[in-house]
Amino acid sequence: MNEANLEPKTNLDRRDFLTKSSVGLAGLAIAPGMMLFDLAHGRAIGEPASDKVRWGMLIDNNQCESGCNDCVSACNTENGLSGGVLPTDSQWIRKVQLKDNLTGHSSSLPMMCQHCEEPPCVDVCPTQASFKRADGIVLVDKHICIGCRYCIMACPYQARSFVHEVITDQKTEVPRGKGTVESCTLCVHRIDKGDNTTACAEACSKAGHNAILFGDLNDPESAISKRIRSVASTQIRADLGLNTGVRYEGI
Amino acid sequence: MKIGIRLAAILFSLLIGSAAYAAEKPQVLHLDVGKGGQCVEDPKLMRKTHMNLLKHQRDETMRKGIRGQKHSLAECVECHASTKTDSVLGTNEAFCQGCHTYAAVKLDCFECHTSKRKVKAEVSK
Repeated sequence: MNEANLEPKTNLDRRDFLTKSSVGLAGLAIAPGMMLFDLAHGRAIGEPASDKVRWGMLIDNNQCESGCNDCVSACNTENGLSGGVLPTDSQWIRKVQLKDNLTGHSSSLPMMCQHCEEPPCVDVCPTQASFKRADGIVLVDKHICIGCRYCIMACPYQARSFVHEVITDQKTEVPRGKGTVESCTLCVHRIDKGDNTTACAEACSKAGHNAILFGDLNDPESAISKRIRSVASTQIRADLGLNTGVRYEGI
Repeated sequence: MKIGIRLAAILFSLLIGSAAYAAEKPQVLHLDVGKGGQCVEDPKLMRKTHMNLLKHQRDETMRKGIRGQKHSLAECVECHASTKTDSVLGTNEAFCQGCHTYAAVKLDCFECHTSKRKVKAEVSK
């Protein structure tokens, strides 16, 4: 913990010992409540995902541009999706156009897997291929997915796709194959690397809209936690009580 | 006595037959080991247990998010993809396909995972 204990010198007086040990401690804790090593985020290699973290997104509907499709194309590029060459091709994120018939006000929002705390897709999966990781990311284990598509039926957000055709040239980090179900992974391969962003959020801020805010909902100091504390945000189909990880603002 | 001679004749013919068979079929497998080099485990152990190591690692990565470990499939491909084709499949000399064809064992990994080496595949896209 400190250098004082390691030194062979035995005649350390009390004052000397205290000075040295406080220097050692100061290295670990920069300020009260703030550690030199961020334990929750940058995971060490070999360390599993922790339930101290819950990854989520806040989507600001007012910032989301109607004609813009950057998040969708960024997702396709990141995960090696075709972007809809065939009508049966997978879609992990889509833009939904909203129109208020009374006022005529029109807006759009991106819709994808909402990474529920109580995911219905996990409840219905007969092989436990559909599962929720410790850090709140809902995934499909394609090794044991039998392609029954119950989860597609159960999802209230129509977020999942079934792979109908043989796929070649997958990305190394995003394995995909015929006969399995897939959906948004919240760019899990990036999060595991400690990237702290997703392809869609990155593309959105690159386009200057900043409509997608990604972060840790469990960390009270994260940008997303501060934002959902200060502005009104809502979950889509909050009545189902699924506690989604993706929240929307301004709808 | 007669039976004894007959048995000896059968045994002899079997011996000749098997010797001829062994001479016809070469038992050497030529594999393109790609970059090769020092494997993560002893090659003898890998030949026998690579599937168990991979299966263990796949669950650790999929379920717990533990990545960057030495027993990952991506690392197999990284070292053993052919330096010519950048793939562990494609020919009967390719590292994975070659041996699996020889041993007549079905190879499932690459129905979902890419068989191409990452760096080059990503650059060429």
